[in-house]
Amino acid sequence: MLDPINFTNVIISGVLTGLVYGLMALGLSVIFGVARVVNFAHGEMMTIAMYAAVMLFAGLKLDPFITVIPIAAAFCVLGYFLQCAVIQPFITRPEHSQFILLLAIAVIMTNLLLILFGPDARSVQLDALLQSIEIGPLLIDRGKLYAAMVAAATAAALFGFFRFTFTGTAIRACADNWLGARVVGLDVKKLYALAFGLGSACVAVAGCMMTLLVDLTPNLGPAYTLLAFVIVIVGGLGSMTGALLGGVLIGVSEALAGLFIVPSAKSMFSFALLIVVLLFRPQGLLGHRS
Amino acid sequence: MNARATGALIALFAGLLLLPAFASSYVLSLATLILLFAYTGQAWNILMGFAGQLSLGHALYLGVGGYAAAALYFHYGIGPWLGLWLAIFLCALIAAFIGFLAFRYRISGVYFALLTIAFAEFTRIGFDHFSWVGGSGGLFLKVTQRESLDLLNLRGPPAMFYYGALMLAGAALVLCSWLLKSRPGFYWQAIREDEEAARALGIDVFKWKMLAMILSAALTSVAGVFIALYYNNLFPEQIFHIGRSIEIILGPIIGGLGTLFGPVIGAALLTLLAEIATELMTALGWQFAGLKQLVYGVILLFVIIFLPHGVWSPLARKLGIDNVSRRDAGAQSLDSK
Repeated sequence: MLDPINFTNVIISGVLTGLVYGLMALGLSVIFGVARVVNFAHGEMMTIAMYAAVMLFAGLKLDPFITVIPIAAAFCVLGYFLQCAVIQPFITRPEHSQFILLLAIAVIMTNLLLILFGPDARSVQLDALLQSIEIGPLLIDRGKLYAAMVAAATAAALFGFFRFTFTGTAIRACADNWLGARVVGLDVKKLYALAFGLGSACVAVAGCMMTLLVDLTPNLGPAYTLLAFVIVIVGGLGSMTGALLGGVLIGVSEALAGLFIVPSAKSMFSFALLIVVLLFRPQGLLGHRS
Repeated sequence: MNARATGALIALFAGLLLLPAFASSYVLSLATLILLFAYTGQAWNILMGFAGQLSLGHALYLGVGGYAAAALYFHYGIGPWLGLWLAIFLCALIAAFIGFLAFRYRISGVYFALLTIAFAEFTRIGFDHFSWVGGSGGLFLKVTQRESLDLLNLRGPPAMFYYGALMLAGAALVLCSWLLKSRPGFYWQAIREDEEAARALGIDVFKWKMLAMILSAALTSVAGVFIALYYNNLFPEQIFHIGRSIEIILGPIIGGLGTLFGPVIGAALLTLLAEIATELMTALGWQFAGLKQLVYGVILLFVIIFLPHGVWSPLARKLGIDNVSRRDAGAQSLDSK
């Protein structure tokens, strides 16, 4: 009954989707890891990026592999100013206040999209991606492969930025020790905003790639917010490699759940995983105990 | 509570008792909705406002409560008075389970919120595939003659439901005002303000958090039964949805976390503002899905930025019933951490 080739195909597809999930979660992880703000509007931000990509495709026939660059840049700027103007005053407020603030932003985003674009599903159809790649008996979906490659490249660029540039190191310093960073003269507020901008850019890239994988509706947001949380908590909140690993893990487990049980129950599996991880390893697979 | 506040409260209650005599069915349904949100807000406020544990999965208890009573009625013809106890029992059990896991492992703050969401979503998807209660297609109760009153099975006209909601909201208000003035309330507030300090003083933090969780869930489940009977249908996508959980928490946050009258004022403000916005848009000929939620979102954003303690405390001071909020003043320090 279980065909090994089919099984391998499902695993590959899960890994590829998982890399895009991982990039989305990476954005959340960067925002939380640095600014210690729980971005409850994460999935909603991704949905907005998806609409940008889909509308640009429908209107100007530009495919998401090109529009991803301006969209990511725009999100970086938007994220920067969102942090400066709205979120920064909440940094010293209690956790639940921040949570509710971002919840409000999320509710506004979802329903604005619903009002602007209506409930109909939209998607991007690229002719060039219709044909699958055949490697021996294995079939790989071209759209998924390219999307995963873009996601991996973006993640690699981000890793490089944090490791090798001065600004990246400064942001990590803020995340490690906020007071220490101030003492050595870093502009913490600016770096927080920059981290929020970078996290937003990540989620924008993930969103553009996501248009190749799923049909787009305005109410995708909350589900992806939750998914991003599941991934970062499974991988370890604040750990960047953990986010990518968690993404791949969730991607594969969703794909397998789709194969073995009803596809519509696949996210039940993710939530079960979240519950188990929260209870037995709350710092996540790659996280450190604080 | 000073004389002025007591007088206002009695006048309000008398007015609400007489409302069905002269209100239209539209006003009555709106009032029922407000009272229901006041009730669920009060129930949630015990856990978050008093004990400081942010639950974002209270839809779970609405859903389980509603489905428990509705399924008993639907499959075995067992009336809601018995179903109510099953609902309370099941939800208390689930809350005890979640609370045990969370508080045992010292999960709090955002992690606790996510855990409650995860349980609610898990259950929602589970009920989508639970064919005994209709799965994602929903569970429907037989709609009976709305004119005849059947108190045994709680089938009756809208006025019956209105009085039911009024009773629930009133009882919850009395219960919470008693809780705030008694030992559990003080223990909860101590835990909310500083868990470690509370522990150092010898408060059994685990026990009291569990109690808040179970009480809050049990009260919420009653609202679930009410919703099932009132609307005669249940869909997992609606009753368990995270949007439902958010609706529950909006009232107390807007009214004022940890205050006694916050959930009531919040529920009234929210429901009325959303209704006014909808009416206005209809009058202008704009029909949009999602408009009500957008209004909710904007109100929430406004309140959390400009009135972080909610509208009740400043309002009470203006109305000269400041004494009421003196006891609630502890809520202010929620934000001074």
